[in-house]
Amino acid sequence: MKILVTDQAGDEHELEGLDGWRTMEVIRDWGLNIKAECGGACSCATCHVYVEDGWFDKLPPPSDDEEDLLYSTLDKKPNSRLSCQILLSEDLDGMRVTLAPSSAKE
Amino acid sequence: MSTEITTDVVVIGAGPCGLFAAFELGLLDLKCHFIDILDRPGGQCAELYPEKPIYDIPGFPVVTGQHLTDNLMAQIAPFAPEFHFNRMVNSIEKQADGSFRLATDADEIFHAKVVVIAAGGGSFQPKRPPVEGIEAFENQSVFYSVRKMDDFRGQDVVIVGGGDSALDWTLNLQPIARSLTLVHRRAVFKAAPASVNKMQALVGEGKINFLTGQIAKLDGADGQINHVHLITDAGDLSVPATRLLPFFGLTMKLGPVADWGLELNDNTIVVDTEKFQTSVPGIFAIGDINSYPGKLKLILSGFHEAALMAQAAKAITSPGERVVFQYTTSSTKLQKKLGVA
Repeated sequence: MKILVTDQAGDEHELEGLDGWRTMEVIRDWGLNIKAECGGACSCATCHVYVEDGWFDKLPPPSDDEEDLLYSTLDKKPNSRLSCQILLSEDLDGMRVTLAPSSAKE
Repeated sequence: MSTEITTDVVVIGAGPCGLFAAFELGLLDLKCHFIDILDRPGGQCAELYPEKPIYDIPGFPVVTGQHLTDNLMAQIAPFAPEFHFNRMVNSIEKQADGSFRLATDADEIFHAKVVVIAAGGGSFQPKRPPVEGIEAFENQSVFYSVRKMDDFRGQDVVIVGGGDSALDWTLNLQPIARSLTLVHRRAVFKAAPASVNKMQALVGEGKINFLTGQIAKLDGADGQINHVHLITDAGDLSVPATRLLPFFGLTMKLGPVADWGLELNDNTIVVDTEKFQTSVPGIFAIGDINSYPGKLKLILSGFHEAALMAQAAKAITSPGERVVFQYTTSSTKLQKKLGVA
């Protein structure tokens, strides 16, 4: 399975998505510019992504913790999610996301 | 006048790796002072995920960030390290005799023979809320922490957030503020239940105004706000405000470390793997903030790095002294230091 990730510079990367992994982990392990400072504990909002239409509605709704964190970002949009909360599965094969500016490392 | 403190070792960062460093240094009779930007020990573990389980600490099938911190504090208690919270190290200067002079933003000067940087992902900094133009009011009428309560006396205070900081300061400032409004996105709080109950009681008595909503805009001039515009469930509102305290959590930035003349690699400090020394002899870096070939960002790795660093630090503080490596299981000397023999 693949996920397609557009980085902050606008370049799209096709990454091998691993079933059961968090989207954040795949993006981080492929070396893209994602801070993900809490390591997936849903505590920091530094793995913020925009999920492309058509894929956003396939995701389970965000938890209250995730919503709170998204509201703390400067660049929230209606299709914002934390990539550490998106567990990959075959249903998400081909998902397209874009890294939010606030997820970049310093 | 600056406070001056002289010690063997200054450890910057009181996260798990820094705390364990105090144990290893203590076994070698080195006295530590900690400097941390947070208000308590534990670093990222205690700040970002105090209640979340960690499964890869040797000897603990599962432990929370807070429990690990509490245990490390108990483990280092025999060495009585001293803690200086809520301050940041602004500068480090090497002196002619090889020691270091550190200056903090709390007007303190530390003199140390060795410096250990155990700052994890860097300095925790408050998150700026998504409000246009807020920078113009920061440190004049918009604050991200309360350093002097008197700055809020007789003021119209608006506090935004739903965690412990927001609730604690709501309760602390209510008696001295002229008015206090608490704003949170929803009527569910992540703070201690006792604080939430006290806040709700004050709302019931009419002493606090609580609104569910978000800040949209600030009005004011020359650094001084006068109104906060809110988008609430009941419509748009304008609340008189002379002080705003947004508590949107913390994020980590490398901060002043970047200016200390150390060799860096992608926001981490380059160290050797024998001593975990930086490019400046006498300054060490352990834990997530360092980098070397094969580095794994695990608490476990930081503990190992702390042990090797301590041996090298001892060689600097006691040049020429032969250090005999001892085990805590068998050394009466070490057990005496730990208060168990």
